[in-house]
Amino acid sequence: MTAPAAPATPAAPRTPATRGMSARSIRIARRRRALTQFWSEYRLQRAGLIGLAILAVAILVAILAPVLADYAGTIPSNTIDAPERAAPSFDYLLGTDEKGRSILSLLIWGARTSLLVGLVAAFLSIVIGSALGISAGYFGGWIDSVLSRIEEAFLVIPTIPLAIVLVTVLDRDLRTIILVIAITSWAGSARLIRAQTLTVKERLYVERARALGAGRWHVITRHVLPNVMPIILANLTLTVPSAILSEATLSFLGIGPFNGISWGKTLEAANSASAVKLGNWWYFLPAGLAITTVVLAFTMVGNALEHVLNPKLRDR
Amino acid sequence: MTLRGLVRRFASALLTLLITVAINFFLLRVVKTDPVATMTRGRKVSAEKRAQLREQFGLDDGLVVQFVKYLKELAKGNLGYSFQTGQPVTHEIWSRTGPTVALIGISTILSAAIGIWLGIRSGWRPGSAFDRIATGTTMFFYSTSDAFFGLILAYVFVWELKWFPTGGILDPRSDNTGIAKLFEQLHHMALPATVLTIGYLGQYSLVMRASILETSREDFLTLARAKGARDDVVRRRHAVPNALLPSITLIALNIGYVLGGAIVVETLFTWPGLGLAFSRALGAQDFPMLQGLFIVSSASVIVMTLLADLLYTRLDPRVNLA
Repeated sequence: MTAPAAPATPAAPRTPATRGMSARSIRIARRRRALTQFWSEYRLQRAGLIGLAILAVAILVAILAPVLADYAGTIPSNTIDAPERAAPSFDYLLGTDEKGRSILSLLIWGARTSLLVGLVAAFLSIVIGSALGISAGYFGGWIDSVLSRIEEAFLVIPTIPLAIVLVTVLDRDLRTIILVIAITSWAGSARLIRAQTLTVKERLYVERARALGAGRWHVITRHVLPNVMPIILANLTLTVPSAILSEATLSFLGIGPFNGISWGKTLEAANSASAVKLGNWWYFLPAGLAITTVVLAFTMVGNALEHVLNPKLRDR
Repeated sequence: MTLRGLVRRFASALLTLLITVAINFFLLRVVKTDPVATMTRGRKVSAEKRAQLREQFGLDDGLVVQFVKYLKELAKGNLGYSFQTGQPVTHEIWSRTGPTVALIGISTILSAAIGIWLGIRSGWRPGSAFDRIATGTTMFFYSTSDAFFGLILAYVFVWELKWFPTGGILDPRSDNTGIAKLFEQLHHMALPATVLTIGYLGQYSLVMRASILETSREDFLTLARAKGARDDVVRRRHAVPNALLPSITLIALNIGYVLGGAIVVETLFTWPGLGLAFSRALGAQDFPMLQGLFIVSSASVIVMTLLADLLYTRLDPRVNLA
């Protein structure tokens, strides 16, 4: 689209900036403006930026794991000749475990599982929470009553014991762990999203849309969803930390995925190999610190997002 | 509180309990069609024992009949028999309740008291040096896995400094009695309780901080100041009592999370409570024990939440449960 011609005389009425633009390009321009606006506000959040940088590094490490460390080095049968329980040295920057595996390789490959479980479980949890929260808030009535009771129950039932009972019955693989963490963690976000849906539902333009004949699906996807999206996003980022910590706890208790390497499994391995007793501090320190760092980073990003997206918190 | 509100609260708690029990029941019977196969997974079990298990679970009845039977047994306090010891699960759980109640009780009281204090100080002067240090530190520990924190404490204080025993609740060779015995138990409890106290501080301090911040904008604080009250009087007498309420519900809800942490630290420090029983039952695939522990832990959180709600309405007349 060409820009509208400049007015011939200074006194001519101002043309709206959108004149002559197609609906699609208006939408794109609006989105771009919103994104620039968002970023200029996010940039002011120092903790949010630090968190973002840490996450970028962690995700890069997870993606580049095959380049950074040979997977073969994490399989015990390949490391028979390697020194066991070696302290950090130039050969093994973070030392080795009781099977001669490099702790650094375990850390790098562990990033994959821990981040994957954290992100996918949090995503699933938010999908469940949004679907149930929006349904409860939008439809109200008996649907709301039923969903709210279920949500109350899941809010109260202790997470880790429930996860343990679920895992013992289901097959122990990565998918189960992800599913179990999602099932045990959606209730909090469902509650917030329901509350937000209730306020959006009553807004005038929603009423206008309904008066013009918009159906439920249209109102939910075009009006409710975009308006609860900020809350969903902030909640997603804040659910990842608890998902990562849950994975660590479940793995430490020996019910993580059977195959594969994760930071939680390294903590468990260190404990069963008596690393603490034998003074092998390098065994559990990297994995533990990695969990803390990534969890903190997600929390910092989530808080910054919440700050920017929720004007009520702005002046805090 | 109105009678209606009271009834509603109890009904809600009962419903949650029923959902817990239903999860427990249907998990073994619906998700996997043959509970006996699931329960005996990876172990050699004679055909005789299998038949006995089928009989015990009444697997030949319809699902609804089974569920009603299950509820009846549960109401009588029958949670089945542990695979590991053959003793009733209720008995096994009961004999381990004391150490866990002591561990969780002491660390929850400490955590809530310290956390709320930190939250008040931080929220009253947001952005101050105290706020930044306190909030940063509690956030750090809140983001740390209980397992890692426990390993660090065990490494430093048990094996390097040798200040604390490796685990358990009493040294088997000790012949301490009375006060000396109590001190020895506290000595054993110190590290696991430290993990649960410091690890969960963040929950309380962050909520209390936000709550104080919110309250600090209220008009009645301005009024109190206008009447000439000193700053610490305004805080102590006006801000804190009003901001304290959300923390009360939090204590009850938090017990659910601390339970997860307790499973980890009891395993790590072999503290002979329900958490250790949980991880041992897990290792032994002891299903009746696992399910019993799950029901008991859920029920205690449900009861605690109910009590917190009731207390809440006593403390804050504005809240009506109707």
